[in-house]
Amino acid sequence: MTALLYVSGALLACLALGWLGRRIAQTTTGNAPRYRDMPLAVAFGYAFSALLLGLGVWFYFQPTATEAGIPRASVMFFRWAVQGFVIFALAAFVFRLAGRHVGPAGSRKMFRNMPLTAAFGILMILIYAVVAIFAGQIAPHGQAEVFNAVNVLPGGNPATGGNPEFPLGTDQIGRDLLSRLIYGAQNTVGIAFITTLLAFFIGGSLGFLAATLQGWLDQLLSRGVDVLMAIPSLIFALLLMTIASAWAGSEKWLLTVYMVIIIAVIDSTRVFRLARAVGLNIVVMDYIEAAKLRGEGLRYLIFDEILPNALAPLLAEFGLRFCFVFLTIASLSFLGVGIQPPLADWGTMVRDLAQFINFAAFSPLTATLPLLAAGAIALLTVAVNFVVDWMLHKSSGLKE
Amino acid sequence: MSRLLTINDLVLEGRSDESWSRIVNGVSLTLDKGEVLGLIGESGAGKSTVGLAAMGFTRDGVRIAGGSVEFDGIDLVNASANTKRNLLGKRIAYVAQSAAASFNPAHRLIDQHTEGPVVHGVMGRGESAEDGIELYRRLRLPNPEEIGFRYPHQVSGGQLQRAMTAMAMSCRPDLIIFDEPTTALDVTTQIEVLAAIRKIVEDFDTAAIYITHDLAVVAQMADRIKVLLKGDEVEEATTREMLDHPQEDYTKSLWAVREFQHAEKPLAPKGAVPVISVRNVTAGYGKIDVLQDVSFDIHEARTVAVVGESGSGKSTTARCITGLLPPRQGQILLDGEALPPDYRKRSKMQLRQVQMIYQMADTALNPRKTIAQIIGRPVQFYLGLRGKEKRRRVNELLEHIELDPAQFAGRLPGELSGGQKQRVGIARALAAEPKFIICDEVTSALDQLVAEGILRLLARLQDELQLSYMFITHDLATVRSIADEVVVMKDGVVVEQGPKTEMFTPPHHAYTDLLLSSVPEMDPDWLDKLLAERGVDNIGDAAVDKM
Repeated sequence: MTALLYVSGALLACLALGWLGRRIAQTTTGNAPRYRDMPLAVAFGYAFSALLLGLGVWFYFQPTATEAGIPRASVMFFRWAVQGFVIFALAAFVFRLAGRHVGPAGSRKMFRNMPLTAAFGILMILIYAVVAIFAGQIAPHGQAEVFNAVNVLPGGNPATGGNPEFPLGTDQIGRDLLSRLIYGAQNTVGIAFITTLLAFFIGGSLGFLAATLQGWLDQLLSRGVDVLMAIPSLIFALLLMTIASAWAGSEKWLLTVYMVIIIAVIDSTRVFRLARAVGLNIVVMDYIEAAKLRGEGLRYLIFDEILPNALAPLLAEFGLRFCFVFLTIASLSFLGVGIQPPLADWGTMVRDLAQFINFAAFSPLTATLPLLAAGAIALLTVAVNFVVDWMLHKSSGLKE
Repeated sequence: MSRLLTINDLVLEGRSDESWSRIVNGVSLTLDKGEVLGLIGESGAGKSTVGLAAMGFTRDGVRIAGGSVEFDGIDLVNASANTKRNLLGKRIAYVAQSAAASFNPAHRLIDQHTEGPVVHGVMGRGESAEDGIELYRRLRLPNPEEIGFRYPHQVSGGQLQRAMTAMAMSCRPDLIIFDEPTTALDVTTQIEVLAAIRKIVEDFDTAAIYITHDLAVVAQMADRIKVLLKGDEVEEATTREMLDHPQEDYTKSLWAVREFQHAEKPLAPKGAVPVISVRNVTAGYGKIDVLQDVSFDIHEARTVAVVGESGSGKSTTARCITGLLPPRQGQILLDGEALPPDYRKRSKMQLRQVQMIYQMADTALNPRKTIAQIIGRPVQFYLGLRGKEKRRRVNELLEHIELDPAQFAGRLPGELSGGQKQRVGIARALAAEPKFIICDEVTSALDQLVAEGILRLLARLQDELQLSYMFITHDLATVRSIADEVVVMKDGVVVEQGPKTEMFTPPHHAYTDLLLSSVPEMDPDWLDKLLAERGVDNIGDAAVDKM
């Protein structure tokens, strides 16, 4: 009850502050249009953001431990988050600055008009790509290598249960977590990428085919897709994976292939719908009619006339779909039917290390263990979406 | 008369990328109470932008960079959002070009009509609804008591435009901005809307700015005319003076546009085999017959104009000829031989002979392909040319359509102007080396000067390459300038056909007569004369309905 009172009091204070601030701005600037026509809600928003910012700064400088010496995890995590944000922002800024001055004229020009978010996205994707490709060279140990040191804590400080040889610690059977994180990029990202490509190939070509030919084929494909979409995708995938694991038997790699196909087919239904909808808008264009009247074949119509015009929405969907596929694989691995051990995989890592989250109140550093893999997943998702947003913005602004 | 609106040295800037560039350079105008000012110019002249600025409003990405707009003593450039909110809709109203796109499709007409008066506190809802019905009656809408309770999609385009004018009138504003209110309408519909707008503006003594690119229309509506060109003022004079003694070269050229005349060609010899022969074609969609027993011939190197309102079956005829819509009955003959009804059954050779140029060059060219690719594809597809030979042929075609190959071959359609795009459309049709080209309203989306250029080009190509054209249009001025023969269609039936000279001299079929008489002329008294001659109930769609 009192909390509600405090919150509503703070909101009212913001409102009053916003009104006052707008009033002051109006009088000091001599009623400039910017402040004169500012709605109260906008002024409230400014006041509210200022309040939040102040609260954040205050919280950041709270002591990290109580007087009794017990660490305050909330403050520590908040500090790490802020520091991480600043570091990433700076890195993106430096990366963009470098891009503006180094390299061929084309890429320099591209970097000049690039928002910081896109620079961050590109930087992250580059880093992930390098890590995934050169995982074997970068990782200090092999992904399946088992050491004689179980459950080493992260930090590398022997006084707090760490080991300088394993900066991020080891898991319950003694494998180096840093190496597994690096190899995870290769396995999880690589497989997700292949799966998404496959999903787009299946969904895209069938969707365009349905849009171009229409009639009974369109009905057949669309209703089929409806049926597939009616089943919750994760449960459906689990069901099929159970069957597949029976087929695969002891061949672990075969199970991964099955997984790629299963996820690709399930996700291709979403791509199909998009491709069909976009395609339907394009096939009514006069230039398609002109091509049909010229006597062009289906292949030319789909790949030369329709596809280039559907690329922008498909690309946006690719970014999003890649993230979903990636998360699906991670979820399946988390549930134990995805990428099979001993291959390192982020989803499996999150599952295996999940119980460490309980240590957050006593040892915040230990609690970061499951967060590392989860963070790697989150970071890539965010990065890909930033880049896709920027590409979309660019391609839609291309019309001048 | 008292001064209502004064615009002084107005400068508007538009944003492109990061910088601002001028789109209007210092236009000044004044408007008295009850006066109508016509603003004319090509697209891109800045007339709509000036019209909106007269309301103190700018579109996104446009800003007022200098000058003043003063409405009845109120400075609109520096007015606060609140002041403007109280003025717009109540004292200044706006009628947009496309009423269909401007009405909210989810609400009934009368509910949208009463919104302004209720918000501004001019009238209550019931009172305003009654007033709306009265306005509908004055604007001669059919069933005025009932039409307001329909949704926008249940009302025809011309009626919607009149309902929009009624809506603008709902608060009895002092000033209405009409932004090309009749451009998208058929001639017979246009004349009704014009008569309605003029009557209501006179009845309520409302001042208006009438924006259009059609000189004949503005001649009927405006007391004074101002000509704009690329954001600059060219000249201003009273309507009569402007029509009789234009001063500037640009204005004179606008006036002269309609004088282009393709030399008349002799009739085809008796017994000659027509290039395209439409024989008793009946066709339609679903169960409805859109075309009924349509027949006409098109001979070599001759142009046949197919004229009629929207919905008369002109474009459906074209679809039958191209094979997109197989006719239910009847045949299409090419050089005396029957073409398969479905385009998919036609041979490459047959497809090649029948080419098409579209109305909207924007949608007719693939926006992701360069001009060279667009023109090169039929060259490669039909003639099998590749590499250097293909490039040479493409350049040749570009020169044919008067575009510099070095400059245009590598561009995308988005980087071309409307007229240039239409030229590329022509080149694509020519690339197949056809005998026969269907031109579907090829000039109706273009400015008059540009349209004239296209017509001249088509005429020249016909003389050089002995092409036959089927020219679908609703613009009789175009027919006058380019056609050899005319086919008049109404409701899917050919009502009259014959050589052009015959068609333009009486006696006509009643419908042809109506069409011809509905085309505005460059005479300020034309509408008055017509109304006096025929009466308000015998013009436009009302007259069509009586047939």
